[in-house]
Amino acid sequence: MFETMSHLALQQYWWIIISLLGSILVFLLFVQGGQTLIRRLGKDETERTILINVLGRKWEFTFTTLVTFGGAFFASFPLFYSTSFGGAYWVWMIILFAFVIQAVSYEYRKKQGNFLGARTYEVFLFINGALGTILLGTAVATFFTGSAFSVNENNFSRWEVPTHGLEAALNIQNLSLGLTVFFLSRILALLYFFKNVNHDKIIERARKQLLYEAIPFLVFFLIFATLLLIKEGFAVDPVTRLVSMEPNKYLSNLLEMPFVGILFLIGVVLVLLGIVRTITCYEKCSDKGIWLTGSGTILTVFSLFLIAGFNNTSFYPSTFDLQSSLTIQNSSSSHYTLTAMSYVSLLVPFVLAYIVYTWRAINKKKITTDELKEEGHVY
Amino acid sequence: MSMDASLVDWSRAQFALTAIYHWLFVPLTLGLSFIIAFMESIYVKTGNEEWKRITKFWMTLFGINFAIGVATGIILEFEFGTNWSNYSWFVGDIFGAPLAVEGIMAFFLESTFIAVMFFGWNKVGKRFHLVSTWLVAIGASLSALWILVANAWMQYPTGMRFNPDTARNEMVNFWEVLFSPVAINKFLHTVSSGYVLAAVFVIGVSSWYLLRKRHEAVAKKSILVASVFGLIMSVFLVLTGDGSARLMAKHQPVKFAAMENLYEGQTNAPLVAIGILTSKGDEHKKEDFLMKLEIPDFLSYMAFLSANAYVPGIQDLIHGNEEHGIISVDEKIAKGKLAIGALKQYKQARKTNETMKADSAMKILDANFAYFGYGYLTNAHDAIPPIKETFYSFRGMVGLGLWFVLLFILMLWSVMKNKVEKRRWLLRLALLSIPLAYLASEMGWIVAELGRQPWIIQDLMPTSVAVSQISAGSVKLTFVLFAITFTLLLIADFKILTKYIKIGPKDGGAE
Repeated sequence: MFETMSHLALQQYWWIIISLLGSILVFLLFVQGGQTLIRRLGKDETERTILINVLGRKWEFTFTTLVTFGGAFFASFPLFYSTSFGGAYWVWMIILFAFVIQAVSYEYRKKQGNFLGARTYEVFLFINGALGTILLGTAVATFFTGSAFSVNENNFSRWEVPTHGLEAALNIQNLSLGLTVFFLSRILALLYFFKNVNHDKIIERARKQLLYEAIPFLVFFLIFATLLLIKEGFAVDPVTRLVSMEPNKYLSNLLEMPFVGILFLIGVVLVLLGIVRTITCYEKCSDKGIWLTGSGTILTVFSLFLIAGFNNTSFYPSTFDLQSSLTIQNSSSSHYTLTAMSYVSLLVPFVLAYIVYTWRAINKKKITTDELKEEGHVY
Repeated sequence: MSMDASLVDWSRAQFALTAIYHWLFVPLTLGLSFIIAFMESIYVKTGNEEWKRITKFWMTLFGINFAIGVATGIILEFEFGTNWSNYSWFVGDIFGAPLAVEGIMAFFLESTFIAVMFFGWNKVGKRFHLVSTWLVAIGASLSALWILVANAWMQYPTGMRFNPDTARNEMVNFWEVLFSPVAINKFLHTVSSGYVLAAVFVIGVSSWYLLRKRHEAVAKKSILVASVFGLIMSVFLVLTGDGSARLMAKHQPVKFAAMENLYEGQTNAPLVAIGILTSKGDEHKKEDFLMKLEIPDFLSYMAFLSANAYVPGIQDLIHGNEEHGIISVDEKIAKGKLAIGALKQYKQARKTNETMKADSAMKILDANFAYFGYGYLTNAHDAIPPIKETFYSFRGMVGLGLWFVLLFILMLWSVMKNKVEKRRWLLRLALLSIPLAYLASEMGWIVAELGRQPWIIQDLMPTSVAVSQISAGSVKLTFVLFAITFTLLLIADFKILTKYIKIGPKDGGAE
């Protein structure tokens, strides 16, 4: 089945999978967003424990999706993996460090004998939530703004600035996407709490907080989107494969791939609809906000990945040497490897099915103080 | 390509640090998940609430260990890119696939059902919970499968061909990569070592309870399950260890000779069961024996299943041995340089569209590609791995492995005769064996990874060429950061784990 597909078709198929994983990852960052809200919404130990437990039952999904995203990128586009991870060393190291300290925090926070103290682990969770979202957003924004690297004839790459990725945070467009992801993750977390927490005081505070998160989210998203649509982009000549700057490249991509353009619009509308409906008709709509804004997030991010990689565009451009820029064609694995992995990708629906099944089994009812007392394993 | 030696050393040190820390937690996850699954199966089968209590107690310890295993694991996956970017490109077409499959097939299985395992006791049925516990155990071992397949490929590259246009190795046979004898053996040996470590851990902790005369019923039941599991897995461990040695002798003869401190090849080679080395500090990294206890002919038998087989020594492998058809490293370096030069010529010819020149360069490359990595070595003696470390680690690992077999037999015998609590010397030895199991496990990796130096991919790419081009200072800084963080987390893990062991199983488990 996959053997007969052209190399380009397989590259596109894998870019779609990467895009899907990336967009699901951004949705699942609600865990990180929630971690930054623990002290704002939880004013005493019981309230904080409720919030940490409702997030704690999902943190591994985000973590696993991040790991799979990295693994899938390595396998399908190894030149991106070697160039970006080996070059933007500090950005990735800080992101990884933030995830290292998250992984122990849920389990150890309330454990007896924990010599670092519960507060330390709450700080760890905050650091993970803030740095994880902002830096992942910043790193993905370089797909549109470029980075200073070169690739030699043996495809060995080299970062050409000594800051090794930290320079990305000085670019307004990168930073605006980082902050967009940060505030979006907090909005998603609030919507997730509305659906899964049954505690009046927490919910009351969360409802007020939603507006405070929505405004900066909109501001930063508009900055990023406006810059994206008006600025020049990294176009690839379909015949010569030479990379050049093209005015309004990403706007053109949306228009020239109308299906993607429509997905992008639907995504943005769903994100906003989930927020607005939750604010305006909370009693009836609060349970649905996470699914509306969540699915909108997935569609928007998915379409952003597609305009970064499709329609003769370099998805990881080099500002140092345009011809070192990476495309889905020059950075991918071989036809054979992509074919073999495509068969493995057929397992994805099965994986999604059991995740949904178990998610439902565990989240049958909203979390309350009483439920925590009954539960054998509490974070 | 010249590389900063300090950068290479710090990058290696960072990878070693993070891998050693990660491996402190993985084996217990691998083994304890199965032991818990057995215990819960007994609970579901018998309906005896005490088995549920035992299951929940060990599950609590599992959770504490699992969290830090995950924390220390994420860095390893990404370190291939951050610190070994040239390597990531050179073999990404092969190495990346197992990592992706690991994520899709194994990590999601593990992380999804672990939520049911911990939070599902009151939310799902008994059987669904049991299936979830088993799926966590299977998921954990499946995770190990894929990363070990990738590691085995680095020790024995197979199922690929070099593509000069992309300057990388590309997979041509997925099944050859997955089912290479080195991969199968490495997987079985490594996971069974994890199962054995977990069995020693359960026996050791249970012995502590018996020494303190606490939770005796729980301790005896735990010892019974763990010693049966440990004994069966020890058989696998010994068999696959034997297989590993034979495969090493065949595919990585220098590593094998270094591990045995064998300088001059011989037939009827004896195995040094116990030995003390003294360094001569010469260019061959030669070590003399201060004392040694040998088993006649055993090394020949271990390597080639024949008592009079010839086992090449380091000198033969470095300087060559015509009689036995071994070419010298200097010759291999020359062939490697030819291959590297031919690749350059090929690329140049392709740029200028000179087909004949490209074809001729390609022929030279094909003929010499098996020695490609040697072209980056400057001195034949660079091909010798560290001797002392591999020699002692191998003996430590094997010696302790044999002790664990004896421990499982003695514990099983004692618990079946209902005398285990009276044999306090045995209980003390069992408790002391917990750190020894960790030591043995880490020593196994020292043999595997230090022993294959200078190669990151056997014969094809030396470690020095694989490294990312970043400043040594950056790597030093991240090394220190990870050393501090992981050490703090290890102390936290140890203190929490020991605290919950001291609390012991309560009515609802350990919590």
